[in-house]
Amino acid sequence: MNFTNFPIAPPSASTFAPQIDGLYYFLWIFTAIFTLIVGFFVVFFSIHYKEGSPADRSRPLYEHIGLELTWSVIPGILGLVFFYLGARLFIHMRTPPKDAKEIFVVGKQWMWHIQHPNGVRENNTLHVPIDTPIKLTMISQDVIHAFFVPAFRTQMMVVPGRYTDLWFTPTKIGEYHLFCNMYCGTQHSEMGGTVVVMPQADYSEWLKNNGMAVANLTMEQRGAKIFSSIGCDKCHTAEDTIHGPTLNGLYGSKRIFTDGSSAMANDEYIRESILKPHSRLTKGYGETMPEYANDLTEEQVLLLNTFIRTQGAIPAGTAGTTSNLTGAEIPSSGAKTNKNTAMSVNADQHGATPSTATPTIQKGKLSVGATAANEKNQ
Amino acid sequence: MSETAIGTGGAEKKTHASPSYLEDGHSIRSWLLTGDHKRIAVLYIISVTFFFAIGSMFAGLIRLELTQPAGTILESETYNRVFTGHGIIMVFFFLVAAIPATLGNFMLPIMVGAKDLAFPRLNLLSWYVFVAAGVCLFVAILGGGVDTGWTFYTPYSSLYSNSQVTWAVFAAFLAGFSSILTALNFIVTVHKMRAPGMTWFRLPLFVWAAYATSVIVMLGTPVIAITLLLVVFERAFHLPIFSPELGGDPVLFQHLFWFYSHPAVYIMILPAFGVISELVANFSRKRVFGYHAIAFSSLAIAGLGFFVWGHHLFVSSQSMYEGVVFSVISYLVAVPSAIKIFNWTATIYKGNVRLASPMMWALGFFGLFTVGGLTGLFLSCMGTDIHLTATYFIVAHFHYVMVGGAVMAYLGGLHYWWPKITGRLFNDNLGKVSALVTFFGFNLTFFPQFILGFLGMPRRYHYYYFAPEFQVYHVMSTMGASFLALGMGMPAFYFTASLFNGKKAGPNPWGAHGLEWQTTSPPPTFNFEETPIVLDDVYDFDPVSEHENNRRALEDGGDQ
Amino acid sequence: MSDATLTHGHDSHEDVDLHHQFEDFEQQCECYIVGMWSFLVTEIMFFGALFLTFTLSRYMYQLDFWKAHEHLNVTMGAINTSVLLFSSWSMVMAVHSNQLRRRIHSIAYLGVTIACAMTFLVIKYFEYSEKFRDKLYPGVGFTHDAHTLHGANLNHAQLFYGLYFGMTGLHAVHIIVGILILSALIRLFVIKAKCVMKDYVPTELVGLYWHFVDLVWIFLFPLFYLMPQPH
Repeated sequence: MNFTNFPIAPPSASTFAPQIDGLYYFLWIFTAIFTLIVGFFVVFFSIHYKEGSPADRSRPLYEHIGLELTWSVIPGILGLVFFYLGARLFIHMRTPPKDAKEIFVVGKQWMWHIQHPNGVRENNTLHVPIDTPIKLTMISQDVIHAFFVPAFRTQMMVVPGRYTDLWFTPTKIGEYHLFCNMYCGTQHSEMGGTVVVMPQADYSEWLKNNGMAVANLTMEQRGAKIFSSIGCDKCHTAEDTIHGPTLNGLYGSKRIFTDGSSAMANDEYIRESILKPHSRLTKGYGETMPEYANDLTEEQVLLLNTFIRTQGAIPAGTAGTTSNLTGAEIPSSGAKTNKNTAMSVNADQHGATPSTATPTIQKGKLSVGATAANEKNQ
Repeated sequence: MSETAIGTGGAEKKTHASPSYLEDGHSIRSWLLTGDHKRIAVLYIISVTFFFAIGSMFAGLIRLELTQPAGTILESETYNRVFTGHGIIMVFFFLVAAIPATLGNFMLPIMVGAKDLAFPRLNLLSWYVFVAAGVCLFVAILGGGVDTGWTFYTPYSSLYSNSQVTWAVFAAFLAGFSSILTALNFIVTVHKMRAPGMTWFRLPLFVWAAYATSVIVMLGTPVIAITLLLVVFERAFHLPIFSPELGGDPVLFQHLFWFYSHPAVYIMILPAFGVISELVANFSRKRVFGYHAIAFSSLAIAGLGFFVWGHHLFVSSQSMYEGVVFSVISYLVAVPSAIKIFNWTATIYKGNVRLASPMMWALGFFGLFTVGGLTGLFLSCMGTDIHLTATYFIVAHFHYVMVGGAVMAYLGGLHYWWPKITGRLFNDNLGKVSALVTFFGFNLTFFPQFILGFLGMPRRYHYYYFAPEFQVYHVMSTMGASFLALGMGMPAFYFTASLFNGKKAGPNPWGAHGLEWQTTSPPPTFNFEETPIVLDDVYDFDPVSEHENNRRALEDGGDQ
Repeated sequence: MSDATLTHGHDSHEDVDLHHQFEDFEQQCECYIVGMWSFLVTEIMFFGALFLTFTLSRYMYQLDFWKAHEHLNVTMGAINTSVLLFSSWSMVMAVHSNQLRRRIHSIAYLGVTIACAMTFLVIKYFEYSEKFRDKLYPGVGFTHDAHTLHGANLNHAQLFYGLYFGMTGLHAVHIIVGILILSALIRLFVIKAKCVMKDYVPTELVGLYWHFVDLVWIFLFPLFYLMPQPH
């Protein structure tokens, strides 16, 4: 449907989408016809009646009430037709059905807080079941925002001091962009996320599991989520790249630094490398990695550490045990860890097979929704 | 309100050949304290060109930044200041003033056969207020810039933004006042200063358009002025007017803001309609078709334009039924614009079309304004507006209307009246090339943005790394912007060149009709040697000579 | 506009200053009058936006606005209203005297008008200082005293007083501008300037402005001071 490189329409994932698209394309056809007619006559007349051309200019016309009326009344009637079509659709889109499932949204600079009636909360990600009318009741904590999901073809301002609502019925499983569409300050463009449309059964399951696709995440699964959400996986992939060394087999290995010294990669070293990476640079790399000293909490560093450990000296797939830093249960099988990690990271992708996912998470799979998971884990 | 510092004008007025307004005093003082509407218009042309250049530089930065999904050179904070600067400068300092204060100031008194505007000192004051507004703007920009967007939506602008909002708001406030002073002058001049025989229905359509514009300015601008003042009060004293945490209503601001700012769209486009009417009639060398229809449609737009502001608020939590009313009136206001387009087309029919450079700009206007106007239907149609509002579709739509409409018309008018203003002819071929390059550059810049908007790209977004599918259209748009810059930059060169080596223009180089072409180029300080008496109708191209032209053309055609 | 044309004789106007842009004296007068009326239209829109804001806020918070307004001094407001009404009368008389070419009368009536304006400002000063003493100026220092606020919600009372100071303040600015214009006009009479000796249009223009300022107060007074108790 969409051209690979030149998409002309967003995914169509709600009951509104076909109606809006119909009206939209209809208006484009009208625009094209009208523009071509005007353009044709203007250009044709300009050339045909060009100064010195042998065209017939006898009996020119200067006023014609009939013509004036024609081209006032016809656009007027067409306008009323468009108005009727638009207003009918608008009233439909602004009147939520009584049985709609209600979800609550709070906007604040620059984040969406979403709460499902049973208490499940999420940030910047909205999970909704397919084929169910959903009504969002929204309010802003500070300035005006707007909740905009292009794939659903609907949006509504989120205003401080009053509730606004928005409803839609998702029709297609998948992940869609969620944007803030009312300028709200410095990070306006990053106040977005993902809307995840799930099969109804999966959604119930998801709600029951407190917003997890399967069960509560283990520490290294949470670490894996942070790993992808803050973009570690962009540079630290399965292989050494020019951007950064791989972390596979890092834990417990000997690191050689740019100044020629070396050390064992232990917990201290990993923590230091996350918070102040430039103090000891691995040989062959420059000061490219940002410092996270101000951006991560100790808890997040701890989770990252447990995750990086599982990428440890033992090659993936081989069973092995790791020391238990906090006393939390960590699965002893590397293979099992991989699988769980992959599933939780791709929890949003229902229906898609997670088999291709590796613990380091595919490059480019970084979705804004992952940020939400990160927030939630704090 | 006297002839203040017009220098030696009084003495030489009696002699037969008065000096042109350009030669009547050469000191800086004679320019800065002038009461002459023509000199003030020239001051305005210099000022708005300056602001246009700054605004365009901001636009260039925006386009450059958006070629990469994660930005190229700016931080988000800076980017927000850049697009706000672009918006404020282009709207308040270029578009509102562009045609009325420059071409209008220069031509309107001459077109009605007056010696000057009714209140010359008020006119000069208007320019000084405009300059003061510009100073405030630069204080705001140099003090770190403003990041609210040109719409200054509350409560962001009043309580949350840490940028120079107060200075910027004050700049917009003063710029508004300067436009009120110009409008007041126009209204009085059109009512009371017409030459003998210049009846209302002999007024050139440009005058009608300027008159309708002035009515809107007088009624709308005070409202935005007080609204912006309230924002400043809320910021400074925490007056609870628009901030809900204090007990105010943020949507009230949007109502008050758009009560002015939607009519302001017509403040920008109506004078453009006026210019196009002049160009079409004079370069088709034929009386304009449906003179009354075009004149009254300007007034209809001025009237109806005040009742459509709510179509900016379909999704802002105003009542649904309120939205329905605003939507239907928005469709009604489209009709007068359609009437104009049809009448202009009918004017070209059976004309003697001279495809000189001003006409090329006018033809460009037809293409771009038609698309701009029709895409407005998508937005007054409430169903599609829910999806398209505040996306790049809006951005594309208003650039088609404002740049494709108002700026094309401004440049067309500038080409048309340049010989009258400066007394010099410019290179007409370069003018045509410039119009063509602008037309194609413009379409390449802004058409992809319609698609971007439908895809869901929100306006005022700095990053879109989470939606890389948008990039291809941004790259196209930036490519187009380079052509656009070239097309719009060219006139600066050949106009400047014409001042030094342009051929002297006679009183009427285009063979156009109208009082302004009956006086010398450039006109004397008091516009006419003696007050003209208007005996013929407007655009009354002599049918006999036109017929003669026609016959000769037929013969020439036969010879070949 | 038309009556101005009618009453303007064509007699002795030739020696009055005719500005260069005008063809004749009549045109000049008409221009000034049309200009003044257009200016007043702008002023109406200017105040109109404020009145709209006030009306909406009062509609939303009827009870709180009523409670907050209890603290306003109706007596002072009423005196001010009478003072301004009287000044309008003296302004009319000034224009009338000018039409009859009675210079001294004109100066006297204009003087009375200025005196009224001054009185208005003095009373306003006492009113304002009373409010300032009770910390009723909006902002961080706004009073928390329930007695002063008559039990109104703090934020809504603040909104009320914000609008009160904003609107009456803007009106006071117009009064001050009016005083300056009136003084300038008196000076013209004193130096026997041609433009006022031979012609009454300048006085009439000042009169139009003054009546407008008066009229704004006529709306402000009941809106702020005379609220009925909401049920």
